Amino acid sequence: MKYILMMTANKSEWESFAKWSKEDLAANVAFMRNFTKQLKEEGVFVATEGLGWPQQAKIVRAGANGLPATDGVFPESKEFLAGYWIIDVESPDQAYKIAARVSAAPGLGGKPGSMPIEVRPVLSGFSDMGL
Amino acid sequence: MTEPSPTIAFEHLLRELAPQVLGAVIRRFHEFAPAEDAVQEALIAAATQWPHDGIPENPRGWLIQVASRRMADYIRSESARRRRENEVAEEAARLPEPSAIDARPEEDDDTLVLLFMCCHPALTPSSAIALTLRAVGGLTTAEIAHAFLVPEATMAQRISRAKQTIKSSGIPFQMPAADERDERLRVVLHVLYLIFNEGYAASAGPQLQRADLSQEAMRLARIVRNLQPGDPEIAGLLALMLLTDARRAARTTPEGEIVPLDEQDRSLWDKQQIAEGVALLSAALPEGAIGPYQLQAAIAAVHDEAPRAADTDWPQILALYELLKRMSDNPMVALNHAIAAAMVHGPAKGLELLDALADDPRLASHHRLDAVRAHLLERAGDRSAAIEKYRAAASKTASLPERNYLLAQAARLAAKSLT
Repeated sequence: MKYILMMTANKSEWESFAKWSKEDLAANVAFMRNFTKQLKEEGVFVATEGLGWPQQAKIVRAGANGLPATDGVFPESKEFLAGYWIIDVESPDQAYKIAARVSAAPGLGGKPGSMPIEVRPVLSGFSDMGL
Repeated sequence: MTEPSPTIAFEHLLRELAPQVLGAVIRRFHEFAPAEDAVQEALIAAATQWPHDGIPENPRGWLIQVASRRMADYIRSESARRRRENEVAEEAARLPEPSAIDARPEEDDDTLVLLFMCCHPALTPSSAIALTLRAVGGLTTAEIAHAFLVPEATMAQRISRAKQTIKSSGIPFQMPAADERDERLRVVLHVLYLIFNEGYAASAGPQLQRADLSQEAMRLARIVRNLQPGDPEIAGLLALMLLTDARRAARTTPEGEIVPLDEQDRSLWDKQQIAEGVALLSAALPEGAIGPYQLQAAIAAVHDEAPRAADTDWPQILALYELLKRMSDNPMVALNHAIAAAMVHGPAKGLELLDALADDPRLASHHRLDAVRAHLLERAGDRSAAIEKYRAAASKTASLPERNYLLAQAARLAAKSLT
């Protein structure tokens, strides 16, 4: 079964991330790179992407004549997806354990960040036999 | 365009021989991972040489010979490496000459031993499935990865870790001891069942090719049955697969949406497959060793033999589920039993049985409990409660077509309530 692990942060968290020291940034980047490598070695990796900064985000709706109407002014509290992993595992518990690992990525001062990771099942195109 | 039939026949031959050759090579050289690589190389050599030179007289012997030569090269270089590292020279003496390797074509049992190895209880289900499809099914890593919708590198890693587990657990290449054989066979059958289920569960449309997994599971079940013709549970599993797969064409709309059993166009069911499944089951049941696969096959047969949904022999299905419930602690069996009881004794009886299941932690977050309850509430005439349960089930399912189906049921009832 496939799960998506979503890493989100609000605007102020993104801004504070931008002010981390070089060492803290390097430790975080190395951790993330290694985490993805481990997922591959464990045979559970499906996909991962990192996303652009909130400043680049726009909410698009169909306006008059179907033309895009965009809005980029967001409240402080809005959570932005920073990146995600999709994994293929045996059970929800295995997905939670993997999410906890990435949640412990080093944050400010190199301490485990304990970032919230949202874990959700990826819907499959099928259902089981029910037996 | 080339004609497909000779190519397909050629491919079938190679895939049938692959596990026998792998079994023979592992038996000689004792190492799974390099043996598998060697056999892959031999298969590639066959695929390039045979179309030009013709199929050799003893294709199995040819493949074993080529794979053994590769294996000998591997051991030679490994022992040379070890010699360099440890200055131990004796290793090379263990090496049998390729010419000494005969090609006994009767060693069919190797396929079975290989299957026992790939379905070893030390492996997780997904590892056992991947390894079985690769080593016994002869599918490429890319094909398996595609079937499970994961990157090829991920599947390669999963297979390689499975082989590593076999190596580090010291699992020998031999038939399980008599006292654990039944238990081990049950694991093998369960892995084949899971492979079938992966394929069966595929929706139509872009994922149609997952159906190949059902075909593959049936092919493997046939192999096991040919190797152990006297075991009624193997026959039961194959019958269950045939009788279930027979409904494939009617199970979904062309867009991939679910069509429930009672609304399926039964003229689309595969009569020949039903006949084969029924015949297999009829031969197995009198053997007396009734097991869960035979019972599930019998239930599938009762459904398949009803010309219309209304003709279904529900009392017989209920009796079969009662037997099955006594044999298995599976909560899904208990749910299906409740449906059968509702069909025989009315929805109130079914709902009463569901109440008894409500505390089962294995069902607490499962959508099917809500889905069955919704269905029975609808039959009992409690429309608003049924709508609520259909929606609850939709929020819990992990399948997109199933969610669409459940929401459509809720919407249908909600529209009725307005009129």
